[in-house]
This record gives sequence, C-alpha cells and structure tokens, in this order.
Amino acid sequence: MSFLNYLINGISLGSVYAIIALGYTMVYGIAKMLNFAHGDVIMVGGFVVFTMSSRMGLSPALAVLVSIIVCTVLGITIEKIAYKPLRGASSLAVLITAIGVSYFLQNLALLVFGSDTKLFTSVVKIPAIQFADGQLTITGETIVTIIACIIIMIVLTLFIKKTKAGQAMLAVSEDRGAAELMGVNVNATISLTFAIGSGLAAIAGVLLCSVYPSLNPYTGSMPGIKAFVAAVFGGIGSIPGALIGGVLLGIIEILSKAYISSQLSDAIVFAVLIIVLLVKPTGLLGKKISEKV
Amino acid sequence: MKKLNINKDYLITYGMVVAFYIIMQILQGTGNLSSLFKGLLVPLCVYTIMAVSLNLTVGILGELSLGHAGFMCVGAFSSAFFSMCMKDVISSSLLRFVIAIIISAIVAAFFGIIIGIPVLRLKGDYLAIVTLAFGEIIKNVINILYVGKDGNGLHISTKDSISLGLAEDGKVIINGAQGITGTPNDSTFTIGIILLLVTLFIVLNFMNSRSGRAVMAIRDNRIAAESVGINISKYKLMAFAISASLAGVAGALYAHNLSTLNAMPKNFGYNMSIMILVYVVLGGIGNIRGSIIAATVLTVLPELLRGFSDYRMLIYAIVLIAMMLFNASPKAVEWKEKHSIKRMIASKKQAKEVE
Repeated sequence: MSFLNYLINGISLGSVYAIIALGYTMVYGIAKMLNFAHGDVIMVGGFVVFTMSSRMGLSPALAVLVSIIVCTVLGITIEKIAYKPLRGASSLAVLITAIGVSYFLQNLALLVFGSDTKLFTSVVKIPAIQFADGQLTITGETIVTIIACIIIMIVLTLFIKKTKAGQAMLAVSEDRGAAELMGVNVNATISLTFAIGSGLAAIAGVLLCSVYPSLNPYTGSMPGIKAFVAAVFGGIGSIPGALIGGVLLGIIEILSKAYISSQLSDAIVFAVLIIVLLVKPTGLLGKKISEKV
Repeated sequence: MKKLNINKDYLITYGMVVAFYIIMQILQGTGNLSSLFKGLLVPLCVYTIMAVSLNLTVGILGELSLGHAGFMCVGAFSSAFFSMCMKDVISSSLLRFVIAIIISAIVAAFFGIIIGIPVLRLKGDYLAIVTLAFGEIIKNVINILYVGKDGNGLHISTKDSISLGLAEDGKVIINGAQGITGTPNDSTFTIGIILLLVTLFIVLNFMNSRSGRAVMAIRDNRIAAESVGINISKYKLMAFAISASLAGVAGALYAHNLSTLNAMPKNFGYNMSIMILVYVVLGGIGNIRGSIIAATVLTVLPELLRGFSDYRMLIYAIVLIAMMLFNASPKAVEWKEKHSIKRMIASKKQAKEVE
C-alpha cells in the first residue's frame, strides 16, 4: 500500500513537472532558446496567489486567475524587452540574457517579499479520499494536480491541432523562414508561445506551492531545472514528451526518496537522465535529425 | 632550431595580469586596499581561472558545459582531503600546497575523462543538460560521503560519521554535508596569480598547438575535420580533460582559502557553473583576455554596488541584461559598427585624401 501511495505522490509531483516542462518545451520548439527564467515565473505565480489570497483575502479561484493573468503579461513583457532584440543573435547570448532575467526576478522578489520562507495556504479545498481503511490516501491537491495536468494536455493538443494560431506555432517551430514567407506573423506567434508558457507556469506555481507549502524567492529555480530535465528526458520540443518526461521524473524522484536515500534522490534523477540520453540521444520522443553533409 | 612562437597579443594578456598584480601589491603595501577588497583577491583568481578554463570548452571546443563547477568541486575536495591527511606529515606548507594542487588537477582531469567519454557523444543542448546533471551528481554524492582516518587507515561510509567505526585516535576528515573543516589556509594572492599565469600559458599554448588547431577544426566543421583524418573523440576529450583539470586547480585554490569547505548549491551547484558561463559569454566566446576582464569586473561589481545595499543584485541583473543586449543584439552590433571610433578615423582619413 505504501508503494501505491508513493506512486500517486510521484504522479502528482510529476504532473507539476510536466506542466512546467510544457512551457520549456514550447518555447524551445518555437524560439529555439532555453528559457532559464521560466522557473522564476513559477515563483512569481506563487507569490501573486499568496498575496491575493493570504493578504488581500480574495477567493482562491480569483487569486489563481489573477496570477495567471499577471504571469502571462510578465511572460510577454520579458519576451519583448529581453529576448526580442536578440532574435538572430547566437543562442548562447540569449541563454545568458535569460539567466539575467532569472536573477532579476529572484532579486525583485527578494526586495518585495524578503528572503524568509512564507507558509503557503493551499488553494485546494477538496477533502482527501481514503481507500482500504485509510491505508491509501489521496489528497485533494493530488487529485486537482493530476486533473489539471490532463486538462491542460488535452486543451493544448487541441489548440495546436485545430486552431490557426496553433498551426502557425507548428509551422514556426518547423521552419521559421518558410513560415514567415507563407504569411505567418512570427513575432506574434513567439509572443503567444511565451504567453501560454508563462500562464502554465502560473498554474504550476500554484499547484507546486499547494503540494509543498513553502514559498521563497528561490522556490522556482530547482523545480525549473528539474522540469527542464523532464523536457529533455521526453525529447525537447515534443508536447507528449514533456508529459511522459515529467511524470516519469516525478515518480523516480519520489520512489528514490522513499526507498533509496532522500539525499541522493536528485542524483538518481540526473543519473537516469544521463542513461536515457546515452541510449537515445534526443530523448524518449525526440525527433532524430539526420546530418546533411 | 625551433622558433619560439611569441604572439604580441598573448604578451598583452600576460602583461595585464602581471600589471594587475603589481598594482594590487602596491595598493596593499600603502594600505589603500579595503579589507573587503583584500578578501576578494583570491576568489578573483579562482573565478578568472574558472572562466579561462571554461572558455577552453565553450570557446575553443564549442560545446556548452553547464557543469564546470562540478570539476571545481572535485578538485577542491581532493586537494583539501590531501592537505588534511598530510597536515602533520609534510611540514612545509608551500610544498604541501603544491602537491595538493597537482593532485587536484590529476583527479579533476580523471573525472573530466570519465564524464567526457559519454558526454561528448551528445550534441548541443543535450550535452549541456548532461554536464549539468553530472555537476549536480558530484555535489550530491560528496554531500553524503563520510571519510575518516585512524591508525588502521581510511574508513569510508555513506551513512554518517558514527558508522565509520573509527578507533579512538581517529578523526573524521570529510563529514558528509558538513564537509571538510580545518583546511589549512595556504592560498595567497601571489600563488593565485601564479596559477592564473600557468593556466593562461597552458590554454594559450594549447590553442596555438597542433592539437588546439585540430580542436578548433572540429568546432568549425566536425564532418570536414573528420574527413581529413582528425580523431574527433581524442581531441574533444583532450580539450575537455584539460579544461576540467584547470577547474580542479581553481578548486584547490578555493578550498585552501576557506577554513570550512562544504558542497552547497551556492558554491558548487549549477548556479556557480552558470555564473562562470556568464563571464565567458560576456568576455567574448573564445576570447581568453575577455574572460579575465569579464570575470574581474563582474566579481568586483557587486562589491562596488554595496552602497546600494539591497538593490545591488537587482542592479547587477539589469546591468547583465543590458550588457548582453548591447553586445549581441543584431541592431546594437550594426549601430556599433556605424559609430565605431576606428571607422570614424578611417572615414576622416579618407575624406582628407579626397581633398
């Protein structure tokens, strides 16, 4: 029974990773950049909900909505100010700028909210479900996280397959130059991608803080890195890959914490990633690109 | 007779370091150096050595590494471990430190080879994430490592210091997350500068050697390099191992500057690797002198901004973004070319000639 409990916790954590990884993977697929500031947008999302619900007394649903809007606007602003001028520059330059943005967000949060860890009250009000005389407990947060992840995956897949904007995103990720020639507004598409990715980061932030109720300016950075690992694990640029990578990573992390060593769990997660990449160098679902001479 | 290859450009780089050293010594001698700045001198050497060595991987080999701090960690712990073991055996602190530095270089190079063999098969961002993963693994493993010494020799455990089962005269050297305490403070600014000069000598000469050119050929076009008979894996691994071993040396310098050494996310985590990468990119990828200048400026900058107290890291972030935008954005590059002093002088000359 305890194994099942761990497994469910793993899937729950993995779902959060998957939602964050989606943001990474979409931005990578379309803008071909590693957005290191993504993890800090999660932190901003968490702080907005914290301020709205704990300090101003807004209802949780409204607070989450505000958080999504704030993060979406933040994502678009970051893209406009920091990344857009660098379009056409080397990918390393963009990477360093993203790191600069990440420092900026962390230190801004440090100034506004202070460095002490805040206790986050969970926004989920669903009671826990118990099976088999209380041996198997599924918390409300777990249920909400998993359902949210599934809904996001379905909506996102439909959005990309069925809408014009989604098709434009696919086209830009496939070949930016050709898409531009066919009349796709590349800049608007990239902005849209950042908007969606940041909105998802806000949701992930709320879910993460509900499951692990502590919040400080560095909350986002480690989950951000783990989600990046998850995105690479599943094959960066692939949406189902982000889901599979995220969930697998969550399960591996929780199980190794439970059965091997809590201090080594991060090392085990990274070791599994290395093994996967050595066997499949482009991740589980990554596209294999043959080299032209 | 073999002609000694003295490049004027390289001499400027060496001269810059020596001049910096002399200025600092004069300032220190006349008492014009604040204690805060004095404490910064050895870390400055550590970071510049790190930046120069990472530039070998990123600039010369052309692969993005996000785990450079891992090699520094290996070098720091292996050298500190040696110094702790030999504290009573070798009395001369200079000799002990020199051996410790050599050990750190060898151990870090060994790790560079072990990690390089699988990692260098990958490409681009995948390679970057795997180096990051290795860096984190090294940090995590050191955090659970317990090593003690007594009359019977060394005891190793991964649980806690009690399970080492030491005899009464034994002492714990590496104490898990608490790390190594009581490392002798052998690092001085002079040794740091000497190590930096040695690092520069190795890297600059490597760049100009046959092997270095082979590495750059691989960076520019892997397939073309392979088809003219360059052994890709060998040269890639060579550059990676040299880079790792120099990072190990920086680690030894770092470890012997502190009395307590522990592997925290702050000093050996990916944040550190990224910080070094920032120096390399801002200084100019492949430009060794640029790395030194960028590392110096960016290490000193937060201290100079201390007057702004709470706002200093925020300002640092803004400066970083602004510098990147100014340096790399296509529009800024175009603007700089238009308004560059060299060009203005040239166009004035041209105008005169026309007259």
